[in-house]
Amino acid sequence: MLSHEKPGARISNTFQGVKQTVPRYERSNRMPNRKNAFLGGAKATVPILFGVIPFALIAGISAIGVGFTQLEALGMSYIVFAGAAQLAAVDLIGQHASMPVIVLTALIINLRFCMYSASLAPHFKGLPLYWRGPLAYLLTDQTFAVCITAYVAGRQSFKHWYYLGAASTMWVTWQAGTAAGVFLGTRIPKSWALDFAIPLTFLALLFTVLKDRPAIVAAVSAGALALAGHDLPYNLGLFMAAIGGVVAGSLAFRGGKNAA
Amino acid sequence: MQLDSSTLWLTMLGIGVGTFLMRFSFIWLFGQGEVRPAIQRVLRLVPASVLSALIMPSFVFSQQAAFSIGNYRMWAGVVAAVVAWRSRNVLLTIAAGMGTLWLCSFLWPV
Repeated sequence: MLSHEKPGARISNTFQGVKQTVPRYERSNRMPNRKNAFLGGAKATVPILFGVIPFALIAGISAIGVGFTQLEALGMSYIVFAGAAQLAAVDLIGQHASMPVIVLTALIINLRFCMYSASLAPHFKGLPLYWRGPLAYLLTDQTFAVCITAYVAGRQSFKHWYYLGAASTMWVTWQAGTAAGVFLGTRIPKSWALDFAIPLTFLALLFTVLKDRPAIVAAVSAGALALAGHDLPYNLGLFMAAIGGVVAGSLAFRGGKNAA
Repeated sequence: MQLDSSTLWLTMLGIGVGTFLMRFSFIWLFGQGEVRPAIQRVLRLVPASVLSALIMPSFVFSQQAAFSIGNYRMWAGVVAAVVAWRSRNVLLTIAAGMGTLWLCSFLWPV
């Protein structure tokens, strides 16, 4: 395997057309090129789509459910392209929250993208802005997971094409899923209570992030604080709970360290 | 829905632009300045906290009195939580929660 210390340098070489050796991860005897990097990323994304499609459907259905027009519901998926933030925004809009509360909540949920951006940045060093901008727009949990795994496993060439293959597969699926949800949403009667699918989706996501004790402490504290602060104005209870959860979780980190 | 159409578009634009800037942040700045591990650890707690804070009220405070037997959303939430915990599967969790809610409302209409 080639050197790991300057992943960015490899990308710029690729860019100037410098010849690459065939890396070991390429199980085929073809030279790596744009096309099979793109297809590789797309292929690695396909199994994940089974989890994404219901989520996209719910995003469309629930937006219609709280009173979005079809254009507004589709527009949100194009503009925001981030499932959890979209669902939270729809949920809050349904509860008549004010605009700053909705925007702030969605952005807090998306804070994690800064972390992903930092991990991916060295791999995109040297790419022109017209590449890095669209790649950033397409960043999601799933694409981050697929690509960083491939990069850490040793993919050296056409990283951006691999990413593009993964990300555009996600994008197309998300938009198609939302559109299908919008179509269904206008046909499903209110009595089915499909708005309830949002907290259920979040519940499933919550259990996937409860990987260690600090995360569990954060979730339990935040949940209790949200219930206690439910009657506060301007959704202050939500922010109080989110901040309280993070603080409690951080304390659990420290407590764990002292005990060890 | 309380927001009028133009406010709604502004809201979506605000979320979209803010989200893009966070996605672009380090990719734009060439990855100089990594996120410090201490900050990363704190950031990792944000999803657990926000998700929990968002969902708890929607399970406990529905149309029915909080923590009452007639609060079907709470029971559906409990069933869904068990399924989510055991299966880690989004589809199954939604199915379990919606199924419980529908079954309760069908058996004991309010």
